[in-house]
Amino acid sequence: MATSGAARVSRAEIHAWRLALLGAFLLLWETATRRGWVDPFFVSQPTVLAAQIYDWVRSGFIVRHLVVTLQETVLGFLLGTLLGVAVGFAFAQWEKLALVFDPLMVALNAMPRVVLAPLFILWFGLGLVSKVVMVISLVFFVVFFSTYTGIREVDRDLVNNARILGANPRHLIRHVLLPSALTWIFSSLRTSVGFALIGAVVGEYLGSHEGMGYVISYAESMFNATGVLAGLLVLMAAVIAIDVGLRRLDARFSYWKAVPK
Amino acid sequence: MRRSRRVRRHFHPFERGPACCFGGHPPNDVAPGPAWSLARSYNCRAASHTVARNAVLNASGRLVTRDDRTGRIVLEHVTQRFALPREDREFTAVQDVSFDVRGGEFVSIVGPSGCGKSTLLALVAGLAPVTEGRISLDGQPVDGVNPRLGFVFQRDALFPWKTVAQNVGLPLLFRGVAEAAAAPRVAEWIARIGLTGFERYHPHQLSGGMRKRVALAMTMVYEPEIVLMDEPFGALDVQTRNLMENDLLEIWAQLRRTVVFVTHDLEEAIALSDRIVVMTASPGRVKAVYPIGLPRPRSVTEIRFHPDFGRLYETIWKDLKDEVRLGYERSRQGLAG
Repeated sequence: MATSGAARVSRAEIHAWRLALLGAFLLLWETATRRGWVDPFFVSQPTVLAAQIYDWVRSGFIVRHLVVTLQETVLGFLLGTLLGVAVGFAFAQWEKLALVFDPLMVALNAMPRVVLAPLFILWFGLGLVSKVVMVISLVFFVVFFSTYTGIREVDRDLVNNARILGANPRHLIRHVLLPSALTWIFSSLRTSVGFALIGAVVGEYLGSHEGMGYVISYAESMFNATGVLAGLLVLMAAVIAIDVGLRRLDARFSYWKAVPK
Repeated sequence: MRRSRRVRRHFHPFERGPACCFGGHPPNDVAPGPAWSLARSYNCRAASHTVARNAVLNASGRLVTRDDRTGRIVLEHVTQRFALPREDREFTAVQDVSFDVRGGEFVSIVGPSGCGKSTLLALVAGLAPVTEGRISLDGQPVDGVNPRLGFVFQRDALFPWKTVAQNVGLPLLFRGVAEAAAAPRVAEWIARIGLTGFERYHPHQLSGGMRKRVALAMTMVYEPEIVLMDEPFGALDVQTRNLMENDLLEIWAQLRRTVVFVTHDLEEAIALSDRIVVMTASPGRVKAVYPIGLPRPRSVTEIRFHPDFGRLYETIWKDLKDEVRLGYERSRQGLAG
C-alpha cells in the first residue's frame, strides 16, 4: 500500500524491459565485433559463443565436465551444511564450547580459502576429494554462523513458553530451536550454494583434469576467449537453476511466515 | 463468541458444572480407586481429574466446588535481585513480598510499570530462582518449571511454524498424551475459543484477539491447576479485550483454577478478581491487599456500573496513584531500570 498505483509496474513490463536491454547489449556486442570496432579475439562474439555452447552440449563434452563440478559442489555443500548446522547447534547449546573455540572460528574464517586451494590439492590429490574439502571449507562457516545466530536469537518467550508447556530438551530442539533456526539456515543456504560452486571451480581451476574450472583454465591457456566466456555462461546458468530451486524450497519450509505485502 | 458457546453445549450436557470442561469425557468413565477420595494427591494430574469428575457425579446436578486446598500459592519474604554488570551494582526488582493465593482464587497484581509484577510471576512459574525467600505451591517449594502450572505471556508466545490445532495440542504432545486422546481435547478447546474452522491456520493469519485466544486454549488444554497471566490482554483493543475478559471469567468459573493476573489496569483488575494485591514502585513491595466482594458471575462490561465498583476503584487508586507517580518519575530519571 506504500506505493501508489501509478508507481507500480506490472511483471510483464519488467520482463519486457529486461529482455530488451539484454537484446540491445548482445546486438551491440555482435555489431562491435563484426564491424571490427573491437577484436573478437579478446571479447569473442555472441553468435560464436552460442555456437560453441551448442557444440559442447551436442557432443556431451560440457555435460561431462558440468557433472563433475556439480558432484563436487553438491557433495561439499551437503557435508559443509551438515557440519555447519551440527557445530552451530553444539555451540549454541554449550556456551563453554562457544567461548573456548570462538577465536579459532574467527581465525579460520578469516583465512582466505582460495589461497589454501593449492595446499588442499597437495594434501588430497588432483581428484574429487580436494575440491570437496575446498567447498566444505567455504560452506561450513556460512552455515555455522547463521545456525549459531539463528538459535541464539530464538525468542526467549517461546522457549519459556515451551518449558512451561512441558517440553523436555529434545522437544525444545525439535519444536522450537530447529524450526526457528531453519529460517536463518535457509537464508544462508542461498549464499553458501554460490560459495560452494566457487569453491569447486576454483579448486578445479588450480589443478585438475576435469570439471568446469578445468575447461575454463584450459581455454585460458589457449588464449581462447570464447571457451572462457562459454564456460562462464554455462556456470552462470547452473547457479541460476540451483538458486531458483532453493528459493522454492525456502518457500516450502517458511510457509508459516507472513507473506510481505 | 456466540458460536463457541453453542458448540460447547453440544460437548457438555452438564452446563456450567464446575468440571464440565475436563476434556469432554463422559463422567462415568472414571475408574474407582484410591484417588476417588477427596483427600487427593497433589502431584498426580490423573488424580485431580478423577476428583473433579467425582465431584460432578456426587453433585447429581448440584454444583460442587473444587477442593479449595489445591492450587494454593504462598510467597514468603520473596526478594529478587539482578546483577547489573555494566554498572557494577545490583537492581532489586521485588523486595520482601509476602502474600498467598487460595486454591481456585482469582488474584490480580497491580502496580506501576517496572515494579516487578512480571518478575514475580516468572518466579512463581519457576523460570528463575528466587534470590531470597520462599515460594511454594500447595506446600511444595518451587524448584524449576512446574508442569501443573500454566502461563499466558504478555506477547502471545505462539509457535509461528505450527497451525492453530498444532499449537493448542503442543502441551499434550509434550506430555506424551496419545494422538487419539489429544485430538478431541484440542478440538474441544478450539471450539470453546470460537476458532472452529481455523484449525489449519498459522498464527500470522489470525488477528491479535484470535492469537490471544489460541494462547489461552494452549494453556488451558492441559488443565493446569494454577494459571499465571502476565498482562495477557494489554495489547488488545478495548472491545476485544472485554470479550476476552468475559471469556476468561467464564472459563475460570467452570474450571475454578487458581489465577494470578498481572495488569496495570485497575479497572480490569477489579472487574476480574477476588482480591487485588497493590505493589509499590520499584523495588516492588506489597503495599496493600484488597478483597473485591463484587457479586459473581460477573460481566466485565456491566460490573463497572455496580455501586461498589466506583468506591473500590477510588480506594485502591488512592493507594496506587502515588506509586504510579513515583514509578514514572524514577523511570524518567532512569533509575527504575
